[in-house]
Amino acid sequence: MAKINMVQAINEAIKSEMARDKKVLIMGEDVGVDGGVFRVTDGLSTQFGPNRVIDTPLAEAGIIGTAVGLAINGMKPIVEMQFIGFSYEGFHHINHHVGRMRQRSEGSVSCPIVLRGPSGGGIKALELHSESPETFFIHSQGIKVICPSNPYDAKGLMISAIRDPDPVIFLEPEKLYRSFKDEVPEESFTVPIGEAKVVRTGKDVTIVSWGAMVRLCLDVAEQLKDKVDIEIIDLRTLWPLDEDKIIESVKKTGRAVIVHEAPRTGGYGGEIASRIQEKGILYLQSPVIRVTGFDVPYPQFALEEYYLPNAERVIKGINSVMNF
Amino acid sequence: MRNIIKNYSVEYLQVLNQEGQADNSQMPDLSESKIKEMYHLMVLVRVMDEKLFKLQRSGKIGTYAEVRGQEASEVGSAFALEKNDWMCPSFRETGVFITRGAPRDKIVQAWRGDVRAFKSDSRNLPVAIPVGSQTLYAAGIAWASKLRGEKDVTIVYFGDGATSEGDFHEALNFAGIHKLPIIFFCQNNQWSISTPKKLQLASDTVAQRAIAYDIAGIQVDGNDALGVYKATKEAIDRARNGGGPTLIESVTYRMGDHTTSDDASRYRSEADVNLWKAKDPVVRLEKYFRNIGTWNDDYGRWVRETCEKEVDEAIAKALAVEKPGPDELFDYVYAVPPKDLIEQKKILQEEVKQRGL
Repeated sequence: MAKINMVQAINEAIKSEMARDKKVLIMGEDVGVDGGVFRVTDGLSTQFGPNRVIDTPLAEAGIIGTAVGLAINGMKPIVEMQFIGFSYEGFHHINHHVGRMRQRSEGSVSCPIVLRGPSGGGIKALELHSESPETFFIHSQGIKVICPSNPYDAKGLMISAIRDPDPVIFLEPEKLYRSFKDEVPEESFTVPIGEAKVVRTGKDVTIVSWGAMVRLCLDVAEQLKDKVDIEIIDLRTLWPLDEDKIIESVKKTGRAVIVHEAPRTGGYGGEIASRIQEKGILYLQSPVIRVTGFDVPYPQFALEEYYLPNAERVIKGINSVMNF
Repeated sequence: MRNIIKNYSVEYLQVLNQEGQADNSQMPDLSESKIKEMYHLMVLVRVMDEKLFKLQRSGKIGTYAEVRGQEASEVGSAFALEKNDWMCPSFRETGVFITRGAPRDKIVQAWRGDVRAFKSDSRNLPVAIPVGSQTLYAAGIAWASKLRGEKDVTIVYFGDGATSEGDFHEALNFAGIHKLPIIFFCQNNQWSISTPKKLQLASDTVAQRAIAYDIAGIQVDGNDALGVYKATKEAIDRARNGGGPTLIESVTYRMGDHTTSDDASRYRSEADVNLWKAKDPVVRLEKYFRNIGTWNDDYGRWVRETCEKEVDEAIAKALAVEKPGPDELFDYVYAVPPKDLIEQKKILQEEVKQRGL
């Protein structure tokens, strides 16, 4: 097994699926010769040619909209958004068609695209390059939403996403693209969609998180290990939500902290907290706490470190549930 | 240095003039019986339209968008398609669905807000409500056909208002770059609800918008069934033979309100409407038959009666269909419903059972 980073892992996943299934193609801005601005599609153009690795015009609505049609007519398009924040320029196709086509035609027509792109912050990028729009997609309905936190899951989940009969939004934490390497099998394997993973077991408090924030939470747990025994659930798939795993853990620990980058109000943390109290209120020792971004637009990067949840805020959240 | 480096022109096509006189140099390759078939379909569309309008007024169907005045535009274009071609409608294409052979009762059922009407193995896509957005997935459908080397073409319908949407321009651009086998069929019916064409686009014609994307474009008299057929057939043949996309502007007029929820008398004059009444596409084809001596009133009555019977039967069948149950709400959101949807469905099923619905 080779040690590879998340960019390489996603590249391997796409490459192996394109070799396996002629219907799979990838399209987006600069995905061809250039291999994408993060090089996720590096080398694919040479191997599969311009009809399957398609450099599109700079038009997100056009890219997503035509991908809808390609999928309706039997292809399996993987759509790269150069940055996930740019998907807003084609968001109406996601909401109007990607998530609705199957229902609107009673299953006669479906739209199983994979829409992927760098998301989240932490790399001092320009405005709209650091968005966490997961709830927009979850609330659009009819779509699955994935956000891996490590190269292994990224590869296995990407392969699952490409094979899935329904549309999948695949959020790739750009901060994690090259920040560390994992042992990842060279051959194809899948990580099931809809299954969260307990990435650290503990008995005092449950942290629920996803994407780049999982790394932060793991660091905090290590830092506090002599004081608090922390369990961490990496959701991996945001929708459909693996509620059972969360409830099971909270029943054991009696405390929950949810950590995400997206703004607090209307963020996914609210949904998770709501489910915890609905299904596990009698087990709770303290209120469920959210550690999130602020209710402001994701800022220009000079303000980024103020915006993003950090170790101090996660520790503060943990302390507040421990000392309630 | 200063030169003219490109010159462009916009073509206009009319086969039958307002008096039903044919320009024989432009006659499409259609037998007399085929033209009669087309006429029959146009009457069927008109009858369906009249009856659906009345059904809305009596509360039997929901909001309805009348086709009246656009029968030649819809039947003439759809008549040129093959069964395996893809058709992406907007929301006023009842005439296209009829021409494409969609079950008549399903058409009625669809206007009853019943999604089951769109369950189909045909290549007619469901109605698209977001104006203009269908031009892009239509381009994608055509793209897939081309990538696989298939001969099927795609036609997408939209109105003059849709040409203001960015999606329309992106679709023409994608189609132009990849020479996609697609026909962009604009039914320029002069109105987007209350907004007239002159407030919708600065350009004189919709057809000239093709020029900017280096694709074929043509303006056709949209109330001339033979002209519409010819323009569409040429575009289809070109697309099928690798010649790429065409933008067709079918100049017609929305004789009715935007939908049954609208009142066009608030924003347009009777005189304007009357001007177009004289251009009625069904009457024009009748005039043509009279001019060439193949019309008789018995035939006209027979067509009308046959169509009324067909539509009445379809309506009776559609009205007899039981309302969709709670399962329909959940079963087609995902290929395999996730746990949350299964739970929510159970809750609704319980509620429906308790209320005895």
